[in-house]
Amino acid sequence: MRLAPKQIETFRDDFTYSNSPEAIARFPFPFPEDEYRYSVNIEPHVTPGPAGSAFEFLFDIDEHYLSEMAERGIVLEENPKRCLAMPHMDLACWDLIERAMVSLSEDYPQWFSLSRDGDRWHWQNHLLHIDDEFVFGDSASLPQPPMEYIGRQLQGDLALLDQRDGDLFLDAGIVTCPADWSLAFDAGMSFKEWHGPVPLAHEMGVFERALKYLTAIPVGSPVRRLNWTLTVNARMDTSPETYPEWGHERTGITAENVGEKLHLRVELQVLDRMPRSNALLFSIRTYLISFDDLCTNPDWARRMHRVLKTLPPELIEYKGLSRYHQTAVDWLSRFDPLS
Amino acid sequence: MSGSYIEVQVEQCRQVAPAIKEFALKALDAPLPAFSPGSHVVVEMRDGQKTYRNPYSLLSDPRDPSAYRIAVRLQEQSRGGSRFMHERIAEGSRLRISPPANLFAPDWRARKHILLAGGVGITPFMSYLPELQRRNADFELHHLFRSSRTGAYDADLRQRLDGRYFAYDSARDKRCPVAELMAAQSPGTHIYICGPQSLIDAVYANAAQIGWPQEHIHVEAFAAPEPGEPFEAVLCKSGKTIQVGAEESLLEALEREHIEVPNLCRGGVCGQCVTGVRDGAIEHRDHFLSEREKSSGQCLMPCVSRAKGPKLELEI
Repeated sequence: MRLAPKQIETFRDDFTYSNSPEAIARFPFPFPEDEYRYSVNIEPHVTPGPAGSAFEFLFDIDEHYLSEMAERGIVLEENPKRCLAMPHMDLACWDLIERAMVSLSEDYPQWFSLSRDGDRWHWQNHLLHIDDEFVFGDSASLPQPPMEYIGRQLQGDLALLDQRDGDLFLDAGIVTCPADWSLAFDAGMSFKEWHGPVPLAHEMGVFERALKYLTAIPVGSPVRRLNWTLTVNARMDTSPETYPEWGHERTGITAENVGEKLHLRVELQVLDRMPRSNALLFSIRTYLISFDDLCTNPDWARRMHRVLKTLPPELIEYKGLSRYHQTAVDWLSRFDPLS
Repeated sequence: MSGSYIEVQVEQCRQVAPAIKEFALKALDAPLPAFSPGSHVVVEMRDGQKTYRNPYSLLSDPRDPSAYRIAVRLQEQSRGGSRFMHERIAEGSRLRISPPANLFAPDWRARKHILLAGGVGITPFMSYLPELQRRNADFELHHLFRSSRTGAYDADLRQRLDGRYFAYDSARDKRCPVAELMAAQSPGTHIYICGPQSLIDAVYANAAQIGWPQEHIHVEAFAAPEPGEPFEAVLCKSGKTIQVGAEESLLEALEREHIEVPNLCRGGVCGQCVTGVRDGAIEHRDHFLSEREKSSGQCLMPCVSRAKGPKLELEI
């Protein structure tokens, strides 16, 4: 059975965010083997995927929908620059609106509906009590700029990459739950520029291969990959802009509170060609699970231990885990019979 | 070709210039996807045992997905594809096409767009025009042709674009003054070329003289593979040996043997089909590999490039 969005929980201050047993069961655990290694782990995002899974539809709507949309509202109020779209990206934003509204209304008809009469569109989001009529392609006919309008109705961060001269440029997006990167800082950068800080992968030629693959993604054949890090507390907004609010929390992990405070943060990244603009949609759907909840699954607990234990030092540093990496490995060892 | 095919039926075909035929394609089952200006599709033609796959630009308005239109110039030295389209394809014929891909998109940051079309090179610009007009963009279309062969859509464009359209019919001795045209533009202008190599070379030569930035020049350079000497390709990983005929490309020969190589443009531009070479001299004919990569002799683009001797050993 599909998980209905529950009442609003928080990703800050008192951190009331929690996962139901059903949400734990469908968590997209990202490790296919015991040792973590870099790879261009991209696969076709063929929908519908397994029923009820995070991969079932193009956009996954789950029990945290209302909470994440409320959190996005708080972030945008604090800093409107967390959403931007350069003027040449207007058509790409409308591509995204079409892709989102068409797939949401087909995949979740109980929550979203769309009717179209030529360019006159009628959109209803019953979860957020939105009921709007507008003219497709006419940004003035929306209550907000197109990127913000659709971004406030989709879980996860969204970026639209303009494709020029065989490269991709980060020219539009709404980014309120990033794993320590900044849309305002990366705006306008090329693919290799915004991946500049990533260790090891440049030497391995990972980005040349990835870019060649990404620029060739055809219309109607989205692909996905999973990425991960660890986050202290169920904090969605771990951005450079708000670093003073969360950076210090990394020193507060102890043997006693690991299970409750430390979270595995998984990003389901989907890349999808936008037909009218030729832009590439990069959606980053973030899932958080506490170590306590993660370890209710013995296979996941054992593998999490092995992955963290064998993680190269460069990646421990890059992912910002240095302060508590050993504490986490020690705590997880109780779930691993080989340790 | 990567990705899934779309089944289409020819709804209409008409002669739009002495050597150019236009085809309107309708999808048989699902609606056709919307596309972006400058997109092309690869059309697959089955001729008995032979299969031709040629890329053609989409001519229709990108916002109108009811049918795709393409235009095909009958090549005097046709390797089969354009002749097949002209002589064997009629209304009601069925074809398979790839989903649209775009290697020649407008740069919407440009202050002004200069479109330079040579002959059938008018085709990718046909899908630019509706979008340029919708955005009230500043642009000029310069159309170079020889009315005894090409010059498709000349009258129609003259009427639609009014003062933004400039025609140069070499049959009437009208030449495009490329140097003057480029010198007259203000900074922030982008130039787009789809036409013969001599036109592309002229633009680059002028750009170098007047300091026109390379990033403001966009070229649709892919052309059908040229024939060459037959040779033998040894596939080191699978242990197979295949014969590449004079008229076919290495990529086509591989596909004939059911060896899938990713590709988009089939004309030496997109870089998708790059293949490792273990041994053998290479005749590079692509626009993708750097001079260093070419002289290394370790890879080639099988869509256009060939062996320079009797044999090539490939890392596939």
